[in-house]
Amino acid sequence: MGLGKSLVATTAIALIAASGASAQTLTIATVNNGDMIRMQGLSSEFTAATGINLEWVILEENILRQRVTQDIATSGGQFDIMTIGMYEAPIWAERGWLVSLDGLPEEYDIDDILPAMRAGLSFEGSLYAAPFYGESSMVMYRTDLMEAAGLEMPQEPTWDDIAAAAAAMTDRDNNINGICIRGRAGWGENMAFITTVANSFGARWFDEDWNAQLDSPEWLEAVTFYNDLLQNYGPPGAANNGFNENLTLFQQGRCGMWIDATVAASFVTNPSDSTVADSVGFALAPNKDGLEKRANWLWAWALAIPAGTQQEEAAMQFINWATSKDYLELVAAREGWANVPPGSRTSLYENPEYASVPFADMTLRSINAADPNNPTVEPVPYVGIQFVAIPEWAGIGTSAGQEFSAMVAGQLTPEQALARAQALVTDEMEAAGY
Amino acid sequence: MARSVTTQRKTLNTALAWGIGLVIFFPILWTILTSFKTEAQAIADPPVWFFFDWTLENYRVVQERSNYNRFLWNSIIIAGGSTILGMIIAIPAAWSMAFVPSNRTKDILLWMLSTKMLPAVGVLYPIYLIFIQLGLLDTRIGLTIILMLINLPIMVWMLYTYFKEIPGEILEAARMDGAGLREEILYVLTPMAIPGIASTVLLNIILAWNEAFWTLNLTAARAAPLTAFIASYSSPEGLFYAKLSAASTMAIAPILILGWFSQKQLVRGLTFGAVK
Repeated sequence: MGLGKSLVATTAIALIAASGASAQTLTIATVNNGDMIRMQGLSSEFTAATGINLEWVILEENILRQRVTQDIATSGGQFDIMTIGMYEAPIWAERGWLVSLDGLPEEYDIDDILPAMRAGLSFEGSLYAAPFYGESSMVMYRTDLMEAAGLEMPQEPTWDDIAAAAAAMTDRDNNINGICIRGRAGWGENMAFITTVANSFGARWFDEDWNAQLDSPEWLEAVTFYNDLLQNYGPPGAANNGFNENLTLFQQGRCGMWIDATVAASFVTNPSDSTVADSVGFALAPNKDGLEKRANWLWAWALAIPAGTQQEEAAMQFINWATSKDYLELVAAREGWANVPPGSRTSLYENPEYASVPFADMTLRSINAADPNNPTVEPVPYVGIQFVAIPEWAGIGTSAGQEFSAMVAGQLTPEQALARAQALVTDEMEAAGY
Repeated sequence: MARSVTTQRKTLNTALAWGIGLVIFFPILWTILTSFKTEAQAIADPPVWFFFDWTLENYRVVQERSNYNRFLWNSIIIAGGSTILGMIIAIPAAWSMAFVPSNRTKDILLWMLSTKMLPAVGVLYPIYLIFIQLGLLDTRIGLTIILMLINLPIMVWMLYTYFKEIPGEILEAARMDGAGLREEILYVLTPMAIPGIASTVLLNIILAWNEAFWTLNLTAARAAPLTAFIASYSSPEGLFYAKLSAASTMAIAPILILGWFSQKQLVRGLTFGAVK
């Protein structure tokens, strides 16, 4: 015998020793995107420095949202850190589901977080989720096609400029669509985009007494404009296109313009994936002639600690590491400045090395142009730019989104789509007791 | 009377069968092909078919990023465990229903099946809360039990129909020859029921392997099986089609191989009971 038994014994001892040495393990729920995966790769540095092990649960955005809500609402305690968006942060904080991040140490420099991000992730003055990366939306356009059309894109275009450029660049024979924008139904899909268009046309979801406003002339003008853009200059089947579909089209050179998340800039300028990497220009999201509000949104993926975790202190340590200035430096040193998670800290944009990244300036300007507390021309009772930060929004936004998607598919006119959306939003809000 | 089948008709049937087979298999084939492409080739339009630079890069990235073996091991334990556990309950249940039916047997069978008609999400919260209370969240034992429970009606039904096919007279004859209950089950019933049991086991493993509602909702990091492994490669912002395809290929490979080697039993089991 001998060998066999002693092998088992030593293995057992080694296992016990190992589990004793690494007593602490944090479970982190997150989404699958480039910046998060990069953080996962670099997190061994955190473990080496603190001895805290990390378990990763990576899920698709909608599954993650459902999974995390279910766990937090039932105090399941499965996660010590969760990735949440700007929509959830204030709602969950209000319900007492999240641990306030006021306890972050001084060297974290909370005042360095971009003001718009901090505003969107706070509740009653306290930060509840630390932005890992943030985004706004902007215009990405093909410099070569604009040149061929004899046009120049202003840095601050109006919707008229966009429509003119889309008309000029559309070349059906060569399969080039003037503009690619979202059409697929969903509160985070087409409704994010349509809501920003509506904001810039002077429309709003609700008046100050929570009455739905989709029957206003501003909404009709905005939705008609959006629909005309897609019908005349958009790609075929646009009613099914979300971020990834448009990204694919743009990278293959099928779009003259694409208005979407600023984070896409690093994808379309990456020569290993994009065939148009060296001919992409950026401009601010458009406004309507005569109105101040621009159609840019604001979003952040942020790290938060669910109330009820047994490991609050360690979780705080991790957030301090992952959203710190040092982390940005770490990514820059390992993978270059273009791969640093954007949109979270002021100091990043003051860094001269980062300024050389082609889309840095426009990303910052887009984020700064967004004000989640004051999203529309007329006053509103809600927070949020491309969404309304109330629990009912996910349902309302998605049902309304289906009407607008049907409109893009040619099944409804803008008037019909708006009338239906108005009716269902009114019903839903009444049922919810507003 | 034997039907005469012309060669022409035979050829036509074969061609048709292959055609349908290819259509059904196409998504899997495409996934496998895509897993060997770069991300840019994966989305190329027009699509590239076979002539591209085949690369193992996606598999390397997936291996590096996720602990495949842990997900695989969880899948094996959960699918295998729930099947074994289920058979221990389903075989005696189906046996008694088939050979010593009571007045209520039909009702019980229907009632069992009716539990499959409820959308799973309807009981998600109660089960989640029970799992919290019992400390079963994110454990393999918890998942094994839940998958056994949701597949149990199917197991009982399948076994019941197989057992029903066995004529009671054979058992009577065995009894006449002096066989006790033990011998009856062991030497008469079991050999005749083996094909039915085998195909039930196989189908159940496949169902449990592919189950993606409970396995995603009741696990976090420790007990997550291959369904969670695939889900971790889906992305709303950014293109991960090639990596997602590589992950999918790795997740379905074991069950595809199992299915390949046991296709004879599977086909036999699934057509058993029809007009032969």
